[in-house]
Amino acid sequence: MVKEKAQILDKEGIRRSLTRIAHEIIERNKGTDNLILVGIRRRGVPLAERLAERIKDIEGGRVPVGILDITLYRDDLTTLAYQPLVRSTEIPFPVSGKTVVLVDDVIFTGRTIRAALDALIDLGRPRVIQLAVLVDRGHRELPIRADYVGKNVPTSRKEEVSVRLKEIDGEERVLILA
Amino acid sequence: MNLLIKGGIVVDPVSGTVSEKDILVADGKIAGSGVGLHHPDAQVLDVPGKLVTPGLVDMHVHLREPGLEAKETIYTGTRAAARGGFTAVACMPNTRPVADSAAVIISIVNRAAADGAVRVYPVGAITNGSLGQEMAEMGDMKQSGAVAFSDDGMPVMDSGLMRRSMQYAKMLNAVIISHCEDKKLAGGGLMHEGDVSTMLGLKGIPAAAEEVMVARDILLAEDTGCRLHIAHVSTAGSVRLVREAKSRGVRVTAEAAPHHFTLTDQAVIGYDTSTKVNPPLRTAEDVAEIRRGLADGTIDVIATDHAPHTAEEKDVEYELAPFGMVGLETAVGLVWTELVAAGVLTLAQAIAKMTINPAKILGLPLGSLGAGAAADITIIDPAAAWTVDPAQFASKGRNTPFTGRVLHGLPYATIVSGRLVMREGIVL
Amino acid sequence: MGLKSKDLVGLHHVTAQEIELILDTAAPMKEIIKRNIKKVPTLRGRTVVTVFYEASTRTRTSFELAAKYLSADTVGIAVATSSVNKGESLKDTALNIAAMGADVVVLRHPMAGAAELLARTLDVSVINAGDGAHEHPSQALLDLFTVREKKGRLAGLKVAIIGDILHSRVARSDIWGYTKMGAEVYLAGPATLIPPGIEKMGARVCGSLEEALEGADVINILRIQLERQQQGLFPSLREYSRIFGLNSDRLKLAAPDALVMHPGPMNRGVEISPDVAYGQQSVINEQVTNGVAVRMALLYLLIGGGA
Repeated sequence: MVKEKAQILDKEGIRRSLTRIAHEIIERNKGTDNLILVGIRRRGVPLAERLAERIKDIEGGRVPVGILDITLYRDDLTTLAYQPLVRSTEIPFPVSGKTVVLVDDVIFTGRTIRAALDALIDLGRPRVIQLAVLVDRGHRELPIRADYVGKNVPTSRKEEVSVRLKEIDGEERVLILA
Repeated sequence: MNLLIKGGIVVDPVSGTVSEKDILVADGKIAGSGVGLHHPDAQVLDVPGKLVTPGLVDMHVHLREPGLEAKETIYTGTRAAARGGFTAVACMPNTRPVADSAAVIISIVNRAAADGAVRVYPVGAITNGSLGQEMAEMGDMKQSGAVAFSDDGMPVMDSGLMRRSMQYAKMLNAVIISHCEDKKLAGGGLMHEGDVSTMLGLKGIPAAAEEVMVARDILLAEDTGCRLHIAHVSTAGSVRLVREAKSRGVRVTAEAAPHHFTLTDQAVIGYDTSTKVNPPLRTAEDVAEIRRGLADGTIDVIATDHAPHTAEEKDVEYELAPFGMVGLETAVGLVWTELVAAGVLTLAQAIAKMTINPAKILGLPLGSLGAGAAADITIIDPAAAWTVDPAQFASKGRNTPFTGRVLHGLPYATIVSGRLVMREGIVL
Repeated sequence: MGLKSKDLVGLHHVTAQEIELILDTAAPMKEIIKRNIKKVPTLRGRTVVTVFYEASTRTRTSFELAAKYLSADTVGIAVATSSVNKGESLKDTALNIAAMGADVVVLRHPMAGAAELLARTLDVSVINAGDGAHEHPSQALLDLFTVREKKGRLAGLKVAIIGDILHSRVARSDIWGYTKMGAEVYLAGPATLIPPGIEKMGARVCGSLEEALEGADVINILRIQLERQQQGLFPSLREYSRIFGLNSDRLKLAAPDALVMHPGPMNRGVEISPDVAYGQQSVINEQVTNGVAVRMALLYLLIGGGA
């Protein structure tokens, strides 16, 4: 039985984290020229949309947002007990020469991001790829790190970090489940 | 060697009576029957509750010898017959070479005498090589032991030749057995033409392919006065044609195979090649009409069309598999389960269609338990419930669509000329 | 959820939910085909063997491209039709291929039931790429995908299938597929080429081409083969074309936005006039692209993981 152990972010916490990340993205990239946000399905997608809104609030221009489905790039397909659904990748603009910020909810082992990098590179040759996550929970299995982190949360491997967003889950909070 | 069969329920298809009595066999003949018989030095076969019937006669089997011994031999085929409760079989001429001459007929008779577990009566071909071109030496074959004539599986398409063959056969007082199929109408079909063949994408054999030939052969029999026996009737239309012809007094008889009164074309779904048979499995309406025909006497005989093939031949694409299924070792179970227990036929009717009726058609002195008759006797356990398992077959052919089916009624013993040739499934 | 069977032998035994899953999976696959780099690593290390007992460059190429786009290795085995009747049996050929380590066998065979025989024989997945007049499920799925993409739905559509239904595995798979998805299928063709009892599969047989076309949302024209005339099934291609050929006049009987489809290869000027085949309502070329996407989806769903 999975049960709630602790709440690490509430609605306000999520909002503040995203606002800070939006500022950092603009700061690091000296504006929004050539900037693209790509959300990783599923919860990276609404997060990327929200970041685009914040960036627009700050800078005035809306940056393009794409959607990346990494199912076909997963390295664990043969070991999964179930078969994941393949959903569409929707990046209807060129990525070559662009600054792409990948957006996901949680970074854990790093394998999802590895798959996302492969998927993204198959679409073209970005000038630079950066990574924004709402939560970094540690336990990396690959040499991958996030450029923008909403909150670093020490966890045990057995725990689960659950990001709940109103677009998908109807509520706004981040929990640790054990 | 004397044999006393005690306590069985004796079925006499001639009188239509079923009664509990004993039968004494002496010197290969029925010595007598009655209640509470005793004999000082007879082997006693105690069979209370079991059915004692005249030896069953299957007038339509393929023993495959000579020439096709990979499928079956007279040795294995007659052992399958014994296991199935049959004391006599008539074997079709589509061997290699075709049984179209006295030489081949004699070789079959001789081989059967040497190897056969039960009586074997060869059927000769109507035309040389069953090619439908010229009449075979039917007279010579008849004198050598052929009991009927048929180009089974390769029907005589030339109506003129068929008419002359009937005229000639009538002169010999021989019966013509017709596998009724207009090859052009059948058009290379693989199964019954209908919604199932359409769904499966398999070329169909229309019912009319059979019925056209049944009608033709009835008309020719009427015209020539020849005795005609329609083999393996498979369609409702054929049953009606035979019924109508009989009512007019045409000398026509007919047989049905167990698979044709049991299975429909639905069995082909899944492309199991053991369901590929000619004539094909038809529809539920056809099955119902065949059962009616059996009940009202339109269909005189139950014959298996036992057609063994090797596993290699059958384990292929449906289109490439040969037609035919084995039947000797499942016939009694299917007749009991599907016809007698189901109330379609009385016990005496069913036994008549497997004994006296085929014997009469072929002119054989078989099918009776009267004193002095040859002691060909079949003993059936009507209470036995058993599961069809081809691995147990004595036949080389394992091609049955009935694998795994639970049947009631199992041959318990087969006695030929007073000699026990099979007991409890073991051929002695 | 995934597909219930390890094989795709036909649409007869596939549920509407499974068809939906296949079509939903084919949509993202189509996006991959439109990329510059048409490759994802999903089936790396997997082997897809195409065994074709009938020549069909189109279908074989489509399956091979689908496999390659998913990074599977492909081997094509072409077996001369003449050798079907002699030498090594289908079963032995298949067991050999499986022993070599194939993960999927794609079979095209001139005889109905061949795919089912293979599926029974092998532990690995079998995809039926057409078996005699039985089924050609991937073709029907690409038809469904194309129509759903264009029309946004399948339920409630009127689909007309015209021509040689008797010998058509595409027609049979289409009938199962469309009717399971809630569309209505109307058939028209020479009486000698309409198989008996086809209504039991859920289609309606029309007395004329015009009746089938009336208000149709989708028109699927089947190839008519000269061979059938030689078999005496209809008098002449000329008469066939006059009575059953689709031309722009007859197309007006259908809904104004009706889609014109053909499984190919076409006899232009016989079953379909060139102006219709290349006209605005024709989606024949798109069917080819969608075929690759649907086959990618099938390969993923059959061997792309999941226990």
